[in-house]
Amino acid sequence: MVEAAPSAVACKEKQMKLINLANPNLPVREQRLGSIINYNGTASDLAAQSREGRLRDRACSFTQVSSCASSCAVCLLSLIQDAAVVNHGPLGCSGDFSAFNLVHRYGLVKRNQAAANVRMVSSNLGESDAIFGGEAKLEQAIRDAFARFNPKVIFVTASCASAITGEDIDALTSRLEEELGVPIGTVHCEGFRSKVWTTGFDAAYHAILRKVVKPPREKHPDVVNVITFWGQDVFSELFARLGLKANLVVPFASVEQLRRLSESAATVQMCSTLGTYFAAGLEELYGVAEVKAPPPYGLAGTDAWLRALAKVTGKESEVEALIADEHAAIADELAELREKLRGLRGYVAAGSVHGHSLSAVLRELGMEVAGSCFWHHDARFDNNDPSADSLQHLVKSYGDLPVSICNKQAYEMINQLRRVKPDVFVVRHPGMAVWGGKLGIPTFLVEDEHYSLAYKGLVRFGHRIFDAVNNPSFYRNLSRHARLPYTEWWLKQKSNVFLGAEQ
Amino acid sequence: MSTTIEQPRQVCTLGGQQSVLAIERAIPIIHAGPGCSGKVFSGMAFYNGFQGSGYAGGNAVVGTNSCEKEIIFGGEQRLREVIEGALQVMDGDLYVVLTGCTADLVGDDTPSVVNEFRERGVPIVHASTGGFKGYNHQGHELVVNAIVDQLLEPATEIIPNLVNVWSVLPYHDTFWAGNLHALRQLLEGIGLRANILFGHDSGGLNAWKQVPAAAFNLVLSPWCGLSIAERLNQRYGTPFLHYPVFPIGGVETSNFLRAVAQYAKLPPEQSEAYIARQEAYFYHYLDRSADFFMEMRWDLPERFITFADSLYALGISRFLVNEIGIQPGVQVITDHPPEAARPALQQQFATLNPKISAEVVFQDDSHDIAQLIASRKYSQPPLILGSSWDRDLARKIGGYHLSIALPITDRLVMDRAYVGYQGGLRLIEDIYAAVLNTY
Repeated sequence: MVEAAPSAVACKEKQMKLINLANPNLPVREQRLGSIINYNGTASDLAAQSREGRLRDRACSFTQVSSCASSCAVCLLSLIQDAAVVNHGPLGCSGDFSAFNLVHRYGLVKRNQAAANVRMVSSNLGESDAIFGGEAKLEQAIRDAFARFNPKVIFVTASCASAITGEDIDALTSRLEEELGVPIGTVHCEGFRSKVWTTGFDAAYHAILRKVVKPPREKHPDVVNVITFWGQDVFSELFARLGLKANLVVPFASVEQLRRLSESAATVQMCSTLGTYFAAGLEELYGVAEVKAPPPYGLAGTDAWLRALAKVTGKESEVEALIADEHAAIADELAELREKLRGLRGYVAAGSVHGHSLSAVLRELGMEVAGSCFWHHDARFDNNDPSADSLQHLVKSYGDLPVSICNKQAYEMINQLRRVKPDVFVVRHPGMAVWGGKLGIPTFLVEDEHYSLAYKGLVRFGHRIFDAVNNPSFYRNLSRHARLPYTEWWLKQKSNVFLGAEQ
Repeated sequence: MSTTIEQPRQVCTLGGQQSVLAIERAIPIIHAGPGCSGKVFSGMAFYNGFQGSGYAGGNAVVGTNSCEKEIIFGGEQRLREVIEGALQVMDGDLYVVLTGCTADLVGDDTPSVVNEFRERGVPIVHASTGGFKGYNHQGHELVVNAIVDQLLEPATEIIPNLVNVWSVLPYHDTFWAGNLHALRQLLEGIGLRANILFGHDSGGLNAWKQVPAAAFNLVLSPWCGLSIAERLNQRYGTPFLHYPVFPIGGVETSNFLRAVAQYAKLPPEQSEAYIARQEAYFYHYLDRSADFFMEMRWDLPERFITFADSLYALGISRFLVNEIGIQPGVQVITDHPPEAARPALQQQFATLNPKISAEVVFQDDSHDIAQLIASRKYSQPPLILGSSWDRDLARKIGGYHLSIALPITDRLVMDRAYVGYQGGLRLIEDIYAAVLNTY
């Protein structure tokens, strides 16, 4: 269906293909990237085991609930401006609609547009559908989404129930696609398929690559794709100074923007956990150069990221000037912040690469990272390039640090936080921040993933950390009255007692 | 029942998880895929007035995170080890295993696994809440009935004047915590002991153990909770009073309290004295605000449209018609009342007062009904009492909007109550704040 640009074919012939557009499904991260969800040790050891192909997961006999691929797929797809999402499952699978609606509404308002509701429907599978099959309901839901939203593409997200009952969603979507004349992408983000919820990102990108992105009609050497979530746009201003244009995707992008991703000169990411599959896919299919570098957080990471961008866009002198300017612009403020924050001990909890980034930011600000909890770990990325190894970059730039990997296991994290007693808890994920607060630890939730990005972000973040530590009243009061749901026995254990043998 | 649902106002049966979390020191154990519990928490709690994790909710919920292995080979052993872990790690008095689509579809024998633990003396029950079975109203009833069937013992003696209260759905009703607290105060005001069972200071497992000892059950809801009262009637012979109107404001709350007092054969002196005091309080403030109602009436809404479950739609309609004196527009009922319950509900709306009836639509898909509402002509800006989904619709028809039903993302809700005399005052304040805020 899609013809790769000649240059892409030439440069990729020698490698094994990552992307199979003929197949609506794709391998999960455990298979593709050797991803794990349980580990206790150090950053240097984890990086070494990953690099040397020795990393094995361990099972955890006791667990609290985590997240599934479905939410990760929908968090991207629901924010595409002229697409529609059909969630094919029972109504609880749509429990996150209102969450993404809030993100959608405030995202539009922050972008100076009128707030609007998301364009999503549930096929609302019920008991008889579980017995007799839910294809009729799915067909109705697709037709309704088409009629109601007039979308340029429809994404159908599969659920555990639709998969277990053995529905052939792909056959149905192919038939309706032809009849309705609109691309319909099946997104295989069934919750049970992977222990690593970020597989849902890959499933969403796979559907976008299959159904939306077209071969280039022309090339734009000044346009750079930026794979990101929905944080504020800090890229456009930075790139403009290099003579480049930032093309932020997927949230809040239009379908037309996505169709033409193949025409850009390069793709950068703020987090390879998010964009690994998409960036590698755009390079493999259309020769859009993936910038392979550590993420742009902390001076070392940002410098390296910009220099890698310079290399693929031919902007070496502009980037060197920008780096020099930006270093100079924040030098005094950064020195002052380092003085104020020196010796403070932080604990970082975030999803893999962004956790590495936040750790780098704390170290750059002169703080200690006394503990960390990352939600999973990918032993490699889809590009298989060591220069994108964010964990190794962290160790090399700032030294070793204690690392644990667990899929948002609050009981493990609380156990560690009580032991480590950090001065500040920096956390990326909703649902996890509250447990730091209940322990009386000043807690900063990083809602905007670009908040600490690049140079200005570094100092902006430093000020926020200082504010959080400087007035801990809320946390102190809360901790005096909050009761934790854990037994005394548990709080005295080591946090990894439920970990089993390597698998 | 609609097929497609846009802008959901319920979640699936697994929503019963939030009813467990509303019981003090109860620990839910979710035997399902890894994301189900979080989605239910998102939909029913966090993005519904920003109700948080509380004691053991949110990411503290125990779960098996069932993946391919449990789907292919069955998840019973996995459930067993997670329950063992939960007993070691989680500090709780009651454990409730809720199954999701995965466990219920692959046919895990969850009751047997749970039985093994109950036979060891663990206070643990199982509710089969696979999401495809229905909505969270059913999930709530399944959880309650599981506790009744699997844990409660018959009472040795009946505690006089003890009443179990089955009313608003925990978490689904964004104002449930305040409402139940206020209901307890009202019932105690007329001389009863109210066993509210959910929420802060409701007594946890001990209060639940007293359920069979109640003198009667009160179902304060158009239909949800009736199956619980019927079950308790069959098991323990406990009689029940079904009062469908959720009472808001002076008129309705006094009606409600008199009905309960009469049913419970309470001495009228105490109940009437209490009612008189409460009415005096309520009407003192209504009287003091009368200037506002007279002077601002030229731009106050004359029609109200409710977009909520049957409990709220009926309660609010009766209040706004019989207390504030405005007219009902279409009433959209979003909670799938069983067919058998619909004629009585329709009759309630047909007789809001002797002269006034309201048009009722049973619909949980927002699309068609939004079109219907938008197609009507309004001489004055109407008031939409609904969820945060409905803000754009209100703007489109030039109306006012207040979020009173799931999902609520434009308000932070703590202990606000809309039930009772003071609840009526709160609802008036909130409605007219929403109106005045638009200037």
